[in-house]
Amino acid sequence: MAQTGIADRAARNGHAADEGGAGLAGRLLGGLARQVQQRIPAADLDERDPDYIRESLPRQWLLASLWFRGEVRGLGNIPESGPVLLVGNHSGGNMTPDTIVFTLAFYTYFGVERPFYQLAHNLVVSFPQLSFLRKFGTVAASPENSAKALQAGAALLVYPGGDRRSLARGLGLDRLFRLKVLPISLALPWGINVGDFLGHIPLPAKITVEALPPIDLREEFGQQPDLDEVYDHVMRLMQDTLDALAAERRLPVLG
Amino acid sequence: MRVGAAIEISAPPEAVWEQISNPERYLHFFSGLTRWEVVGDQARGLGARYRMLIRVGSAEVGGLIELIEFDECRELAWTSVTGLDQRGRWRLRARPSHRTHVELRLSYGVAGAGLFGWLAERVAAPTVREHLKRTVQQLKRQVEQEQSRRRTAARRAARAGAA
Repeated sequence: MAQTGIADRAARNGHAADEGGAGLAGRLLGGLARQVQQRIPAADLDERDPDYIRESLPRQWLLASLWFRGEVRGLGNIPESGPVLLVGNHSGGNMTPDTIVFTLAFYTYFGVERPFYQLAHNLVVSFPQLSFLRKFGTVAASPENSAKALQAGAALLVYPGGDRRSLARGLGLDRLFRLKVLPISLALPWGINVGDFLGHIPLPAKITVEALPPIDLREEFGQQPDLDEVYDHVMRLMQDTLDALAAERRLPVLG
Repeated sequence: MRVGAAIEISAPPEAVWEQISNPERYLHFFSGLTRWEVVGDQARGLGARYRMLIRVGSAEVGGLIELIEFDECRELAWTSVTGLDQRGRWRLRARPSHRTHVELRLSYGVAGAGLFGWLAERVAAPTVREHLKRTVQQLKRQVEQEQSRRRTAARRAARAGAA
């Protein structure tokens, strides 16, 4: 299934985190990675709870409207029903405020009754404090979970990417935790924020998301689409749109 | 949360009713509305269903609604079936000199949303109130322009008949 193929490509960061690094530090990291692996819950699409989502919409709306002044365009481009793979990018480290803005817009537009799942990094779904995300339909990123959601006729959101890996690879994090990038940033309240493992307070940047017209893989790329070609095409479209959206911004940070 | 807006329109209730009972007209006068689509076979009358969305803050909110009152030239009310909890009502009352008092009410919220729901309702209220205010103003303008156009057409027809 070509649609699953993209998710496969996007999630092809590998599950294995058996060994990594060397010596004591390596063994410690390896042990920690095994703990994380054990905590990854099996995807259960039934954990998604429309009532919970509906009751949390006002909270999301307050955050999206007051802090981020969120704007989502082109929701009419998303097919009204049936399986659909939504490929996007997110910013903001582990906080993913753009996901909050987009999921709010998706659910208010299509209704909480429409099945909608989001693929997330193993670390995210392993945190006990973030277990509520499963009620929103967040499942661990894997080809199996993608196929399961799409075969159930759901909309599925995936954020592929993360290819700069020098520091993460040097520390063995790419093999241990599927972390291809170890971001180092300046963020509140920590100052220098390594990895964003504890999250941070996002700045009140205006968030604009645009849903582009749908791509029918078989119609545009033939019966046996070349996945690398499709991947490059999707990335190019996204980059062009991001450039156009970035050009609209007038103020630093605030947007 | 309940908000509302009212206005006096220089036209009889029948002329106002013609606009508010026609789903195809809503996008022309309802401020902030992004969708008002007929769902199902029934376009008008009691039990008709529409998918409506209105932009408030970062989201287009609304959902599936159903008409629960359809008292010609007097009352039209709806309630939500899915989406945001809402009840809306148009009240038309005839006034002397072929005028109509028009009132639009909307109550909305999310049951079970707790403190954040309470807060969101209040934060959204000024925007929703402004939408309703503009809606009745735009409705007044459309109805009165339509009345004026019809009077002009009638006069022209009468002159043509006399000649």
